[in-house]
Amino acid sequence: MAESPFKADIERAQRELTEKMTPGAIVYIPGSSVINKTGSWRVFRPEFHRDKCVRCYLCYIYCPEPSIYLDDEGYPVFDYDYCKGCGICANECPAKAIEMVREVK
Amino acid sequence: MPIRKVMKANEAAAWAAKLAKPKVIAAFPITPSTLVPEKISEFVANGELDAEFIKVESEHSAISACVGAAAAGVRTFTATASQGLALMHEILFIAAGMRLPIVMAIGNRALSAPINIWNDWQDTISQRDTGWIQFYAENNQEALDLILIAYKVAEDERVLLPAMVGFDAFILTHTVEPVEIPDQEVVDEFLGEYEPKHAYLDPARPITQGTLAFPAHYMEARYKVWEAMERAKEVIDEAFAEFEKRFGRKYQKIEEYRTDDAEMIFVTMGSLAGTLKEWVDKKREEGYKVGAAKITVYRPFPVEEIKALAKKTKVLAFIEKNITIGLYGAVFTDASATLINEKEKPLMLDFIAGLGGRDVTFEQLDEAFSITRRALEEGKVEKPINWIGLRKEIL
Ligand code: SF4
Ligand code: SF4
Repeated sequence: MAESPFKADIERAQRELTEKMTPGAIVYIPGSSVINKTGSWRVFRPEFHRDKCVRCYLCYIYCPEPSIYLDDEGYPVFDYDYCKGCGICANECPAKAIEMVREVK
Repeated sequence: MPIRKVMKANEAAAWAAKLAKPKVIAAFPITPSTLVPEKISEFVANGELDAEFIKVESEHSAISACVGAAAAGVRTFTATASQGLALMHEILFIAAGMRLPIVMAIGNRALSAPINIWNDWQDTISQRDTGWIQFYAENNQEALDLILIAYKVAEDERVLLPAMVGFDAFILTHTVEPVEIPDQEVVDEFLGEYEPKHAYLDPARPITQGTLAFPAHYMEARYKVWEAMERAKEVIDEAFAEFEKRFGRKYQKIEEYRTDDAEMIFVTMGSLAGTLKEWVDKKREEGYKVGAAKITVYRPFPVEEIKALAKKTKVLAFIEKNITIGLYGAVFTDASATLINEKEKPLMLDFIAGLGGRDVTFEQLDEAFSITRRALEEGKVEKPINWIGLRKEIL
């Protein structure tokens, strides 16, 4: 699995971020929102069918989070820490390689 | 040398803005404040003020543009009144919450309905919980001076809160008086170049402003706004003292007049203080121990000064041009809360007067006086709130 391109940011933010309230609630650590794992909002999760994928990258381009990375071979990797389950990737995929399935816990 | 010019309070406010050298002014015209941005746009067009004048389509946009500019890191100014201030309401909280030291001039005007363009303080009083510092001017000179002082306080690192300076519609906004315009160099020394310490944009220091706060953080952010407003009390006193040193005019959060042996003290704000002092002189001549007090700073509320005033007298009577529908006038309500835990406190009365531009006359003050005197003689207050100058015959 490809590594998150945000890995360095996440580590830096975790290291530097303090909870100390600043005047105006200003956040002085850029990119620190990576600490908020927004994937917990998801109702549907995109499930990837590698065998159907044609590596067109449309999902990668359209994901608004962005929570799709590309692995060494150019296949999409879904980062469920941040994927909010909007289904845009599934909608855009010309090969129907992404299936939205209800999260059950 | 400072020069003296005859001018309206609106012009005095524009001159104050010019002297403070804001980099961005965004404003939308509204009676009775229109002349403020009009005059400033003239200064900008003439090259007398090096600033960006943003013409906007509403007051909501005017204050939003000021928030944007202040967040980018420059000194800003705007002016409005009444409905315009009400339209700014949600952004006023944002300006305070983001701790942006915006300064705004207000020509205090009544709120609709019915539509009324004349003076009372309902517009600014209704914004008392937004986190803005509030000053009220008695005359045109005070309008100019208090705007300069407002910048000094708002931008202080211990405060970082926006401030509004109110002056009464028409009574001041459109009435000419001699006003001393201070020297630019002295104002420059007093205010200094604006150097934002927290809110400014710099690619080398990326920050996020206007953040979201979950329940785990929101209260702390609000607490810090409240705490900053508490600290403003001391900073205002310092600014008043420095202003007096440099410009020779004295300001106090509460200015007292003939209060030393007063059995009854009448408290008010704004231009009505002038009338009240004259009337106190008349009452003194008639042999009554009456004093007056003028609240110059309404937010933060001058708690200690009210307590000191209360110790001096048997009755505190408030004459105010606003009404909290469902209770009393706001100033009386706040002062009552201030004194609630004091062991000894005077009797307290509230008089609602002069709403929607009705002149507050000596006859009306005498009406308040006879009610106040009765309370003093009987040692009790039957009705805490009384409307004076009310035309009962048309009710
Ligand atoms: S469901 Fe939405 S958020 Fe999740 S990977 Fe697809 S496009 Fe991105
Ligand atoms: S859009 Fe579909 S086919 Fe294209 S890369 Fe994404 S999963 Fe593969």
